[in-house]
Amino acid sequence: MNLVSLAWKEIRHRRASLISGLVAITLGIAVIVGIRAVAVASKHAVAVKMDSLGANVLVLPQGASIEDYHTADIDAPTFPEEYVERVVTSGLLGLENISPKLTRRVKIDGVPAVLTGILPQSEVASKPAWQLGGADTEAPVHICAGDSGANVDERLRRQPVEELGQDECLLGSGISERLGLRVGHVAHVETAKLKVTRVLPATGTVDDDRVFMHLHAMQQLLGTGSQVSAIEIMGCCTAISDGMLSKLRNVLPDTRVTGIAQIVATQMATNGLMDRLSWGFLVIVLIVGGLSIGNFMWANVNQRRREIGILRMIGASRARILGVLLAKAVVLGVVGGVLGYVIGTAAVVSAGPSLLGLDVRPLPSYLALSAALATSVAVLGSLLPAYLASRFDPSANLQEV
Amino acid sequence: MLLSTVGLSKTYRRRDVMVAALDDVSLSVEEGAFATVTGPSGSGKTTLLLTLAGLLWPTAGSIRFRDRSLEGLSDAQWAAFRRENLGFVMQNFSLVPYLSAHENVCLPLAVGRVPKGEQRRRADELLDRVGLSGRAEHLPRELSAGQQQRVAIARALAGAPSLVLADEPTGNLDPQLSRDVLGLLQALNREEGMAILMVTHSPEAAGAGTARVHLEAGRVVSAHGAAQVGGPTRAHGAHLR
Repeated sequence: MNLVSLAWKEIRHRRASLISGLVAITLGIAVIVGIRAVAVASKHAVAVKMDSLGANVLVLPQGASIEDYHTADIDAPTFPEEYVERVVTSGLLGLENISPKLTRRVKIDGVPAVLTGILPQSEVASKPAWQLGGADTEAPVHICAGDSGANVDERLRRQPVEELGQDECLLGSGISERLGLRVGHVAHVETAKLKVTRVLPATGTVDDDRVFMHLHAMQQLLGTGSQVSAIEIMGCCTAISDGMLSKLRNVLPDTRVTGIAQIVATQMATNGLMDRLSWGFLVIVLIVGGLSIGNFMWANVNQRRREIGILRMIGASRARILGVLLAKAVVLGVVGGVLGYVIGTAAVVSAGPSLLGLDVRPLPSYLALSAALATSVAVLGSLLPAYLASRFDPSANLQEV
Repeated sequence: MLLSTVGLSKTYRRRDVMVAALDDVSLSVEEGAFATVTGPSGSGKTTLLLTLAGLLWPTAGSIRFRDRSLEGLSDAQWAAFRRENLGFVMQNFSLVPYLSAHENVCLPLAVGRVPKGEQRRRADELLDRVGLSGRAEHLPRELSAGQQQRVAIARALAGAPSLVLADEPTGNLDPQLSRDVLGLLQALNREEGMAILMVTHSPEAAGAGTARVHLEAGRVVSAHGAAQVGGPTRAHGAHLR
C-alpha cells in the first residue's frame, strides 16, 4: 500500500460524495475540450469554404477599380506580366495559385463579349467549380497545404488545362447560349478563329458571360504586349489572416492588392470568438472548478478527521497528511480530466454535424492537456483544505468515538 | 529506563478558566514493563498518554525516552519517533473503515514507506499472531468488536515498537472479550518483551499489569508495584518519584 492506493481506496469508499467533487471539474473540462474541438473544426471548415471559392486575392494596376476589371473597360490600365514572376520568386508562403489575366471587350461573330486571356494551367486550378466540367457535378474543393484535402484528384484538376491550345477557347455557359456555340464549333474572335474545346458550367458569376483564350495568344491578337489586367491569387486563408496582403503590397508596390475582406474577416472573427470563449471558460473552470473542489475537499477532510488522527497517531507527519490529501486531488484531477475530455469530445463529435453543420473531430493531444489542467485545478483547490487538515489536533480527533 | 517524565503538566483554557489536565506528573517506565494508569474520568489518563506520544504538547515538564530528551522535537521528528518506537491500541479501535484488516495492519508500514512485499509479510505474520489470519480481507465493520481490537493490536505491533500505549483497550468489549484482549497483551508483553503503558478505569484490566499509577485531577496520588523488580512477568514495573 502507498499514498496513491490509500487515496484510491478512500475515493472508492466515498463514491457518492465524489460525484459532487467531480461534476464541476468534469463539466468544465468537457466545455473547454468541446469549444476547442469546434474551433478547430470551424477553422478547417472556413478554410475549405474559402478555398472552394477560388481566387481570394486580386492584384490590379494602381488606379484601377474592381469594376474596371469586371467590365473590361478598353481603357482600363494594365501592368507587366513580369509581375507574376516577382510574386512567384518572393518566397511568400500560402500562395496556392497565381493566375494572370488580360480582359478586353471584343465582338465574337458580331456579338459583344468579354474576352479574358488566361494561363490555363493556373486558371483552372484556381476555379474548382470548373474542374469537372459539368454543371450538375459537385465541385471538389482545394484546401490549404497541410489540411486534409489531399484527396483531391489532381488528374481531374489538370487534364483540361493542358488541352487548351493557342487556337482554342473556353466559353462561359451564358455566352455559349447567346452565341449558339458548342464544343467543336469555331468562334471568330476579332481576326482569329478559335475552336471551342469546352463550355464551362454555370457559376452564377461574370465568368458565365466570358470567353477564355490563352493569355499569350490574346496579347498577340490584340497587340497589347506582355501586359495583364489583373493577377488573381488563391491564397491560403490562414496566410491571408497572417498578413499576406500587406506582404504582397511590399512585393508589388505600384499595384492595388485587395482580398475578399469579408471572408477573411469572418474567419478571423470566428476564430477569435472561439479563442476568447476558450480562454473565458478556462478562467471559469479555474475559478468554479477550484472553488468546487476546495469545498468538496473541506467537507471531505472534516469527514475524515478521525482517520487523519489515526494517521498522525501511527507516525504520519503533517507533510505526509498533506501528501495523502493531495494524492486524492491528483486522482480526482486525472479522472475528471479524462472524463471531461471523453464527454466533451463525444458531445461535439456527435452533435457537431446536426447542430453546427461541422464535421468535428477528436483532438487526441487534448487528452493529456485536459488531465494536466484538471489535476492542477484540483490540487490548487485542495491546497488550503489539505493544509488546514494537516494541522488538525490529532488528540481531539482520536478521542471522538 | 525506557520512558520517564519530570514535572509533566498540561493546562487548558476553558471559558477563561485554566483547567489542569496533568499537574506535575513524574513517572518512569522501564524496559519490558506492563504498567497501568488508573483513575476516574477526567483524571488526565488519556491526556498523559497523548502527551507521552507527542500528540499533545505539555505546558511544562520534560519527557525522556531511553535517555534521549524529546524536548524541542519538530512535528516530523515526533512523527518518526512514534513510527519507530510506539504502538497504539485505542478504546474505539481506530481502524480505517475502508481498509481491510490486512491493510489496516500494513498502514503504519506504508506511512513508513516500507516496501510492499515486506508490508504483506509482516501483516500476515501479525494477523496470524492475533488469531485473525482467516479474516485478513475483512473490513472492520465485518469483524466483531473483539476482532477489531485484535486487528488494532496487530497494527500496533507492525513497527516492532518498544512501547505500546493502550487507551482503555477493553472499554468497548464485554467481559469475556476483555479477558481475551488483556491475555493477548500480557502474552505480547511476556513473549515479545515490549513495554505496555495501559490507561484504564477498570480494576480488572488494571490487574493485568505489574505496576499501577493512580491519577486524580491530573496528579499522581498513588503507585503500586513501583520500583518492583520481577513479579509474575519479567516486567520491572512503573516507577513513581
